[in-house]
Amino acid sequence: MRIIINSEADTVKLGQRLAGALPQGSVISLVGNLGAGKTRLVQAFAAAWGAVEGSVTSPTFVLINEYYTPRGPIYHIDAYRLKDDDEFLNLGPEEYFASNGVTFIEWGNRVERCLPADAIEIAIEIGEGEARVVTIRGLDTV
Amino acid sequence: MRILTIESTCDETAAAIVDDQLNVLSAVVASQDMLHQRFGGVVPEIASRAHVERILPVIDETLRKASLALADLDAIAVATTPGLAGSLLIGLSAAKALCVATGLPLVAVNHLQAHIYACKIASGEEVFPCVGLIVSGGHSNIYRCAGPTDFTPLGGTIDDAAGEAFDKVASLLNLPYPGGPSLSKAAAQGDPQRIRFPRPLLDDDSRLDFSFSGLKTAVRYKLVGIGKLADAPAPQLSDEELADVCAGFQEAVVDCLVGKAELALRRTGFNTLCVGGGVAANGRLRERLQESSQQHGYRLFIPPMSLCTDNAVMGAIALERIKAGEYATLELDISPGQERVSK
Repeated sequence: MRIIINSEADTVKLGQRLAGALPQGSVISLVGNLGAGKTRLVQAFAAAWGAVEGSVTSPTFVLINEYYTPRGPIYHIDAYRLKDDDEFLNLGPEEYFASNGVTFIEWGNRVERCLPADAIEIAIEIGEGEARVVTIRGLDTV
Repeated sequence: MRILTIESTCDETAAAIVDDQLNVLSAVVASQDMLHQRFGGVVPEIASRAHVERILPVIDETLRKASLALADLDAIAVATTPGLAGSLLIGLSAAKALCVATGLPLVAVNHLQAHIYACKIASGEEVFPCVGLIVSGGHSNIYRCAGPTDFTPLGGTIDDAAGEAFDKVASLLNLPYPGGPSLSKAAAQGDPQRIRFPRPLLDDDSRLDFSFSGLKTAVRYKLVGIGKLADAPAPQLSDEELADVCAGFQEAVVDCLVGKAELALRRTGFNTLCVGGGVAANGRLRERLQESSQQHGYRLFIPPMSLCTDNAVMGAIALERIKAGEYATLELDISPGQERVSK
């Protein structure tokens, strides 16, 4: 599925829509360049699930953030600083995948072989100006 | 009294021995010392596995450099919050094991409070009460610090940390690793006023928060121009243009940090600003804070570089807990997340 969004406000709307649609246990790989809006999308998703305002920050440095919301836990992983699959697997991601939370992996394309077969990929391409082209697909269809 | 302090909250594995007069008897940070040679190779940067491999050699080396044995110590302190869960666990497990083996008491250290305490260690002056500004790759926080272990969060980043913004913008500009220092170096040749990047939240006096994520996006737009396909490779910039982009970006970040620090001082009524974290090593930030402290007449403390980046010496804050009789039990657990402003 391909969606074209035109502003940060649209990214927020997309996050809200996903929050209504994705069940617990979902694993979402987020793909897109620096500044594409990956963290912004997770912020909007988490806000819709009732996460504490301001609690969703970039996980680049700490590698994993966990947010506990009224609708279940959200795990927010970032593979930006990881060198290889081994470093990712050292974080123990399988435990998150098997949990009842929703797991987002920023830069998930860098560790794609480590993701479950039913993972969903959301690729955000930077378009003209503030526009973003968002492609959503199941990774098993690759 | 002598204590061993252990720091493993993120990438660095560090240990130090300090006495109750805040004299540093020895200090080792794994990624900066000669341990590369002792391990016969490059020390991996991330992953708790690296901490497992490094922690005991680091502690051994710390004792060796101080010519002390475990029996010469009076307590063992370890940073338990905030940080990366796996990394924190390694430090805590090592500390507990040493306490069980030696019978020494255990003391918990808050890593962020320790960053501010570094100002007291470095200056030898009483710095509390103060406003604490912690800026690093992982943190951009402002605290009201009534005492060494009495912090109230006033604000922080709502997305990227300041150091993270430096690193990511450096990456957009294809600057060499480590990105932050490369960007600052390029910025030194540039005109900070030629390109004006946004100062997110700076004009909002109702909050002491930062937002650096949009700034990164603004640099991207500047590079390729709005209205062009931004995922296309960045155009070749001349050295002068590159320097101006770097200087303009750095000035925007520094404006936000200085502006919010001044606001926090006005709000708390405190007359002292203490700064910690790796970004506190940034020359332009230091310069601007010094100007600000002279202009507004407050005391400014910024430790030297080795005490700004992650280190175990700042774990000497454990002495304050010991003075207050606040020892931990072996039930002590880690707490990866950081306390936030309560709304």
